[in-house]
Amino acid sequence: MSGISTLLREYDVLGAFWVTIQLTLWGALGALLLGTVVAVCRVSPVGVLQRAGTWFVTLVRNTPLTLIVALCALGVSNTLKISLAPPDSPTFIVDNGFRWGVVALAVYHASFVAEALRSGINTVPTGQAEAARSIGLGFGATLRHVVLPQAFRGAIAPLGNTLIALTKNTTVVATVGVAEAAYLMRNMIEFNPSLLYFIFIVMAAGFVVLTLPVGLLFTWLSNRLAVRR
Amino acid sequence: MGARGTEPATADATPVVVLTGVNKHFGTLHVLNDINLAVGKGEVVVVLGPSGSGKSTLCRAVNRLETIDSGTIAIDGVPLPEEGKALAHLRADVGMVFQSFNLFAHKTVLDNVTLGPIKVRGLTPPEAEKKATDLLDRVGVADQAGKYPAQLSGGQQQRVAIARALAMDPKLMLFDEPTSALDPEMINEVLDVMVALAGAGMTMIVVTHEMGFARKAADRVVFMAAGQIVEENSPEEFFTHPQTDRAKDFLSKILTH
Repeated sequence: MSGISTLLREYDVLGAFWVTIQLTLWGALGALLLGTVVAVCRVSPVGVLQRAGTWFVTLVRNTPLTLIVALCALGVSNTLKISLAPPDSPTFIVDNGFRWGVVALAVYHASFVAEALRSGINTVPTGQAEAARSIGLGFGATLRHVVLPQAFRGAIAPLGNTLIALTKNTTVVATVGVAEAAYLMRNMIEFNPSLLYFIFIVMAAGFVVLTLPVGLLFTWLSNRLAVRR
Repeated sequence: MGARGTEPATADATPVVVLTGVNKHFGTLHVLNDINLAVGKGEVVVVLGPSGSGKSTLCRAVNRLETIDSGTIAIDGVPLPEEGKALAHLRADVGMVFQSFNLFAHKTVLDNVTLGPIKVRGLTPPEAEKKATDLLDRVGVADQAGKYPAQLSGGQQQRVAIARALAMDPKLMLFDEPTSALDPEMINEVLDVMVALAGAGMTMIVVTHEMGFARKAADRVVFMAAGQIVEENSPEEFFTHPQTDRAKDFLSKILTH
């Protein structure tokens, strides 16, 4: 028992999960914004945008997240020297790594958000957009005021799935040194191999605590916000 | 006897809509075949015809929800723009009422009616709400303003849809089979609103199967078959003395029971 309490005193488990939560929230926000733009491109009447949207989804969705994270951290940040934090900042390494991690998570999950949203758009009857156009709303206003609000409500369940996947996929960012939960777990196991199973259980429980409420919330939301026709 | 007299209004005095040589194909189907039609200001034109005759397509082409292959459609002398802002601007002046109502399902009745005035006409929300409340009162559903479309009967939904179109102060109203999706006991409440609108001088193109409405409110009946305008006449003349065999056949089928 003393080993366990020493372990929890030595390692900041809550702090590591806080980084995981931050990665999740910023990544989800970025994925939602980028994914919405991509979905709008895919349903737009402009051929170039449609093709660009399709290309983005096909390329990103079929690339392993590890590769995207490595590309951001090693390729873009280390080699091309494009950093997302002021280089003279004392927390440069931590901030830059975290921010590129968020970018990688956002870009990767944007492809899934875009597809969830596109299926949501398909649940909105054509007549809704026709009615919007017939009162003089243009393409953008029709999407913003009529189609997308209903599409989001129709896409809540798959968007929840994507958020849960994103929460767990934050562990991949540990590979480039962002000190989130999985990174901490690796260190803990390395120096306390005798407590291997305990560490596993703590980490697994942490992720269950994060994702279970999200799943329940999104199930509730998808019933609550369903558009009655 | 028509409520507005049996004299067809002179369409060429101040035509609101002019269709000239309009053609459209769906694949090999010639759905609009050389359509020429002018609708004067304040005129109510009822378009009749068997299903598949192209009457709905004609109605939808007037605000370019359907594109056309050739010919021109002009509203107030201005040819329909192809796309973009100019087209949206024009559509704002042309009210459209659909067979399936198409109320915005995620918005309340009041928000359905205020959306266009606020976002397109630039009214402030209080102005738009005042106007919407007046219009909802006019079509008899003011007490439903806070409800969502799914909570209303079909007849109520269609009256809200008419109010939504009127909120844009349209020059012209298009009705695409407005009562075809309604239960029989709700048809009259919608037709009454339309008759009142016709009486108030609105320019209307109405695709319908309601012969009673055509007799009561129409200035002119246009009979279509196989994508062509086969016959045009005042409602009295059309119903009592149809000229073509196609129209006689159609009327015998719908008037005998």
